[in-house]
Amino acid sequence: MSLRKSHELHQRRFGRNLGVGLVLAVFIVIIFGLTIVKVSGGDFGAPTQEVQD
Amino acid sequence: MSDASINASTVSAQLRADEASFGDYFALLKPRVMSLVVFTALVGLVAAPVPVHPFVGFCAILFIAIGGGASGALNMWWDADIDRVMKRTKGRPIPSGKVEEGEALALGLALSGLAVIMLGLATNWFAGAFLAFTIFFYVVVYTMWLKRSTPQNIVIGGAAGAFPPVIGWVAATGSMTLEPWLMFALTFMWTPPHFWALALFMRSDYDDAGVPMLTVTHGRKATRTHILVYTALLALLAIGTAFSGIGGPVYLTVAVVLNTLFLRGAWIISRRTEQDAEADNFKAERSFFKLSLLYLFLHFGAILVEALLKPYGLGGWS
Repeated sequence: MSLRKSHELHQRRFGRNLGVGLVLAVFIVIIFGLTIVKVSGGDFGAPTQEVQD
Repeated sequence: MSDASINASTVSAQLRADEASFGDYFALLKPRVMSLVVFTALVGLVAAPVPVHPFVGFCAILFIAIGGGASGALNMWWDADIDRVMKRTKGRPIPSGKVEEGEALALGLALSGLAVIMLGLATNWFAGAFLAFTIFFYVVVYTMWLKRSTPQNIVIGGAAGAFPPVIGWVAATGSMTLEPWLMFALTFMWTPPHFWALALFMRSDYDDAGVPMLTVTHGRKATRTHILVYTALLALLAIGTAFSGIGGPVYLTVAVVLNTLFLRGAWIISRRTEQDAEADNFKAERSFFKLSLLYLFLHFGAILVEALLKPYGLGGWS
């Protein structure tokens, strides 16, 4: 049983909501992918001893 | 079935027809213009002499495209009044009543901010700032200021569409040299003849909207001469680019063939009278416009081929 009654608006805007949901999901994947690439590429590596000195 | 239920279902069907779909919002981003932005930015990024991680490169192109799309939405927000008048633009989401003007403004602003910040984070802040400047140039300088005030609107406004390969190059290198500006100049010089040919055969549209296109302010004969002059200058630039760091034998061959055809088309247009053009329904102008699309695509395609051949010791003149 659903928590609340499905409104006609939900059916009418299903395509739009699905599209927005997919865009947000893709955005999460992009942020995750960029993080992996940046971290593994050494962009955020700890400073070396020489730099600290 | 009662009258009430028939009315309810009619109202519901009408609501569904008026409801903006996801595609309507996507159409605000001018997907066809975005495809040109994606392609030229990709060429700028690949032609740059610094290797980029494929995923970072993909993200850079995506955010440049989103920035381009956002400026398209802002353009549609500002130009909604003239879009309602012009036949070519009547079907756009705002004139057709699918999307509210305020929604286009909100989407454009939100996506502009997102694209600039994400491009800066993914590549470098020079590229991010350049994208911000491009959006500003297209929306404020071209759309709000020049488009309705000067017949040179297309010439100066064309710069906005010419920036993506420079942004692609800067995203890869973080710096600037002559080569990305040659790609910029190629698109910049190509834009006027491309749009003036369109204005010649879509004439009533710009007249009705009161946009001061060259055809309206200086006459159609002067527009035909302008097309020839700009095409001649473009040909010099396009062939000269063959001898730069992004050129090579493949590019030179493509440039010589296409510029010969393009110059021939511009020469024919310049020699025609309005009677000639109306007699064959602007055949020469229409085919010049179609050729212009192929012209830009193949020039950038040739630069891309030269860049892709370089790792095998084949691209360029070396």
